[in-house]
Amino acid sequence: MKLGGGSRVLLIEDDPAVREGLELALSRHGHGVRAVGSGEQGLERLRADVPDVVVLDLMLPGMDGFEVCRRIRAAGDVPIIMLTARGDDMDVVAGLEAGADDYVVKPVQPRVLEARIRAVLRRIGRDQAELERHGDLTIDRAGLVVSKNGEPVNLAPTELRLLLELSGTPGRVHSRQQLLESVWEHGYFGDSRLVDACVQRLRAKIEDDSAAPVYVQTVRGFGYRFGPV
Amino acid sequence: MRARLLSAFALLCVVTAVAVAGGLYVLARNEILRRTQDAAVESMRDRLETLYPLRTLTPNQEELGMIAATASDNDSPAIAIQGETHSPLPPPPPGNLRPGGIRGRIPDTISPELRRMVAEGRTAWQRVALQDGVWLIVGMPLLVAEPGAPTRPSGIEVYAARSLQSEQRSIDRIAWLAWLTSGAALAFAIVLALLATRGVLRPVRELGRAARLLGEGELRTRIAVRGSDELADVARTFNNTAAELERHVAQLREMEADARRFVADVSHELRTPLAALAAVAEVLDEEAAGLPEPAGRAARLVSQETLNLTGLVNDLIEISRFDSGVAALALNEVDVAELVRATLRARGWSDAVDTDLPPGVTVRLDPRRVDVILANLVGNALRHGEPPVTLRLTAEPHHITVEVRDHGPGLDEEVLPHVFDRFYKASAARARSEGSGLGLAIARENARLHHGDLTVTNAPDGGALFTLHLPRPPRTPAGAPE
Repeated sequence: MKLGGGSRVLLIEDDPAVREGLELALSRHGHGVRAVGSGEQGLERLRADVPDVVVLDLMLPGMDGFEVCRRIRAAGDVPIIMLTARGDDMDVVAGLEAGADDYVVKPVQPRVLEARIRAVLRRIGRDQAELERHGDLTIDRAGLVVSKNGEPVNLAPTELRLLLELSGTPGRVHSRQQLLESVWEHGYFGDSRLVDACVQRLRAKIEDDSAAPVYVQTVRGFGYRFGPV
Repeated sequence: MRARLLSAFALLCVVTAVAVAGGLYVLARNEILRRTQDAAVESMRDRLETLYPLRTLTPNQEELGMIAATASDNDSPAIAIQGETHSPLPPPPPGNLRPGGIRGRIPDTISPELRRMVAEGRTAWQRVALQDGVWLIVGMPLLVAEPGAPTRPSGIEVYAARSLQSEQRSIDRIAWLAWLTSGAALAFAIVLALLATRGVLRPVRELGRAARLLGEGELRTRIAVRGSDELADVARTFNNTAAELERHVAQLREMEADARRFVADVSHELRTPLAALAAVAEVLDEEAAGLPEPAGRAARLVSQETLNLTGLVNDLIEISRFDSGVAALALNEVDVAELVRATLRARGWSDAVDTDLPPGVTVRLDPRRVDVILANLVGNALRHGEPPVTLRLTAEPHHITVEVRDHGPGLDEEVLPHVFDRFYKASAARARSEGSGLGLAIARENARLHHGDLTVTNAPDGGALFTLHLPRPPRTPAGAPE
């Protein structure tokens, strides 16, 4: 269904025209849009009512987008899509490190933003599989719970999707391009920094030592591989 | 320059030395010989005077022998001749050619001219070179002076030989000295020339080097000014010119940087209103069908032009990133054939392009940037060229080549050098809506960012042929799969 987005979107964008334009376009796609003009307002809004996804402009007056991103991420696992200016590479990297799941470049076409929103909100398929154990890590594909040494690990949706993708075929190398297509639905030419940033965040949560990863290993020049543990 | 200066100095020196030494040599030699001759003639005359008065005018051989003995002394043996008769000669020594044996050989050494002159009553001499050195042969007639009658030759002639060996040695020594002096002068001249050429050539060479550096764009090149001669003037002029040039170039660069910064700033400023426009353009476009004309057409136009404007601003921002040097590569090991297929697939061109893609060609590159290049080339070929559009990948050990060509008429020769220029339009009439005018410029910048290049020619059998070269950096061992 074309207008069947139906998600609750929190839009944090300071420019009134852009805010109104995006609100208009996303509403047409069937999303319930809450639009606010600053990071402070956005965080306040978030405390009252957790949306399905946050669309966050990085260039904000007052508290900047990175700080807002970090605080949202600290508070919960709501997916974050950031709006960045084209060419500001450092912003992209910093935003991804702050915990954003994906980004779109301004001026953004609503169609593209809609596709990104759909991708981060995509339901993760549940399997009726047994619990998988990989070393200290337990992956429950039915309950979508990951625990380490018995303790549940809090993973953002993108991080969980990435881990499930990699651990589905232990030992196989996944190229960044493949991961971009399967996890982010970015098509072939997405930004591989998305993968790298997400791997970093994932490692910080599941590895004993991020610098010497056991579960998500880098195969230089090719991509990533789960294990061997 | 150095060779010319050196040879000029050497030549000058040689000519001078040869002239001076040669002149002195000739003078000294003549003087030595003249004195020797005068002395020989004088002493012979003195000795012959003791013969007077002559006892007979028709002496026999024995009397001729006595005359010869009188005319001889230790150094110069003599013989006396009258007509065909001459004083007795010593028997030729068995070894022959001893210095003392000259007397026996005198008759052979007397030339007919000498004899004729002596026969006429004059004292004459001649130098002859024999095997044992140079000899002076002096011929002197015995004259008869009778009262009342003119002096006349008696017919008796005396010839004495005197060795010139010691004189020859003196002359040789003079010649040797002349050579030595000339040689020393030549060596001195060469040293002087070397010093002089160094003094002249070093600044000249320094100037040449500085000029070359300046030409290569090293605008801060200056040279040290030494002394106050013409060369120093040239150096000063050079420095002033270089300073002026540097100032001008800096000014131009600054202006260019300003212009580019302005473009970048404008592009960034346009982005926010454009973001709002882009957000609603789609809404407008989708509602256009339901709008009454002409509002529907206006809505579609606004939507379409918003998209074009977005593309233009994005391209301007992209190219200003190349200009400011912040464009960076996100390198990945990529299967090129797969990348090409994805590029075509993403734009719905898979059926429109004939591809030749050998499998298994993996290169470390930035897939997004190479996609931009390929999309631009193939898009241009499909839009402006004639089908079939072909894309061919060839892999070499150190680089890969992607050729994109169409089979249309190709590009005009005068257009070829400009196709990568910004906002260059092959034909003034071409519609603006076909692209931002920056596509090929961006494609080439992307290729160069990979240390590769993008070039264009016309294929021999028609059609434009774009060639993308990308280097294949050697894979590090750590990058190998396990």
